[in-house]
Amino acid sequence: MATDQPAPPAIAIRDLDVVRGDNHVLHGVSLEVPAGKITGLLGPSGCGKSTLMRSIVGVQIVGGGEIEVLGAAAGSPELRPRVGYVTQAPSVYGDLSVAENLGYFGSLYGVGSDRIATTIGTVGLRGFEGRITGTLSGGQRSRVSLATALLNDPDLLVLDEPTVGLDPVLRDELWRTFGELAKAGTTLLVSSHVMDEAGECDELLLMREGRLLRQTTPAALREETGQQDLGKAFLTVIERSEQPS
Amino acid sequence: MSIRATGATARRVLLQIRRDPRTIALLLVVPAGLLVLLYFIFDGQEATFQKIGAPLCGLFPFIVMFLITSIAMLRERTSGTLERLMTMPLGKADVLFGYGIAFGLLAALQAIVVCSVGFVALGLDSPHGAWLVGLLAIGNAVLGMALGLLASAFARTEFQAVQFMPAFIFPQLLLCGLFVARDSMAPALDTISYALPLTYAYDALALVTEPGDLGGDFAVDVLVVAGATIASLGLGALTLRRRTE
Repeated sequence: MATDQPAPPAIAIRDLDVVRGDNHVLHGVSLEVPAGKITGLLGPSGCGKSTLMRSIVGVQIVGGGEIEVLGAAAGSPELRPRVGYVTQAPSVYGDLSVAENLGYFGSLYGVGSDRIATTIGTVGLRGFEGRITGTLSGGQRSRVSLATALLNDPDLLVLDEPTVGLDPVLRDELWRTFGELAKAGTTLLVSSHVMDEAGECDELLLMREGRLLRQTTPAALREETGQQDLGKAFLTVIERSEQPS
Repeated sequence: MSIRATGATARRVLLQIRRDPRTIALLLVVPAGLLVLLYFIFDGQEATFQKIGAPLCGLFPFIVMFLITSIAMLRERTSGTLERLMTMPLGKADVLFGYGIAFGLLAALQAIVVCSVGFVALGLDSPHGAWLVGLLAIGNAVLGMALGLLASAFARTEFQAVQFMPAFIFPQLLLCGLFVARDSMAPALDTISYALPLTYAYDALALVTEPGDLGGDFAVDVLVVAGATIASLGLGALTLRRRTE
């Protein structure tokens, strides 16, 4: 049986180095993010997840290495309509209503009002259109931020800790939304410092102190470590990486 | 640059300001109020009030626009919205001109109010037409905006941004010839004043609010102000970085 050519990865990074002042944030990170799947980027706070994501969307000054995103160099102008990026802190205008925020970002992408209405539904904010964004709860605000990135149905979504501060029900709903997006062909790169979210991902990138420890899957991680709990499995990986081999 | 994105940005900035009616009221009332104050300070000294009050009508918008632009742009930088915009299909020029159009409209409103109060209610003289003072006021407002945009790049906090007003604007006001004729200052200061854009802005206003031919000096003044505006917009555009540390 002829094997199908595997689809090219959505993101391919080779030897990425980022230095900020005296701080070496990323050390020779190499990885591939498969297309059309949910890849979880996991690691403790401050391990370089956000910097890696900023490098992928092309807003980070990088010290060395290559980043290819959807077949182009990271940050190329042609990628701007194709890559959605949601920062950790909601980056929307607090003094505008939900509808006005989405209206503005929508007009930059050239999408119509029906698409805006659909997106508001996707993030579960129907009924909040007229509310001033700054008066919403933190979780609602971050969903407005998420909605702006979903507006033009990008091929790649880079989401920096999208579920932080959300209640478990909302978190579950959001992961279901991510699953639906992936099923429809979107590539998702989602960061989290909560290991129990790793189980929701197809692929895992485990980071610590600016280095990539593993690129794996939840099943393979469990098998490798003999731990069912993914949090404990991550700890095992860390312990093994620190032991001299 | 696209008309759609520029227009959307201008509209968004105006929507934000509309959410803040107190700012609008301050923008419109304060300059006119200060002019009334000046009228009573120079009680019965019509010539002095004319000499200072008339050009001041065209300088208020410069001062105010510098301040609100530096704060507004600082907010865009610190809230993460600018970083997000830079990952979207939107040119730097769209951001700059979007702000320029929105604040230019506000400046026009402000100029109309302050010129009406000055030239109609308080009896200031405008031998070349109050409308010309109004036009210069709008031009100066755009210069103030461009300088404010540039200044915002050097501020980390709003406290710093507010201090740029006494640091960058007050010296220009003192040296421009409004309070003391430039040729009676220490020669070094007179020389420095030639390098400051506000000197030309004031000179144009002084010519317009005094009888006599406008002549070539007026054209030079207008050209220098326009050139300084374009130069600071260009420098300001350089500070809108797609990639940061």
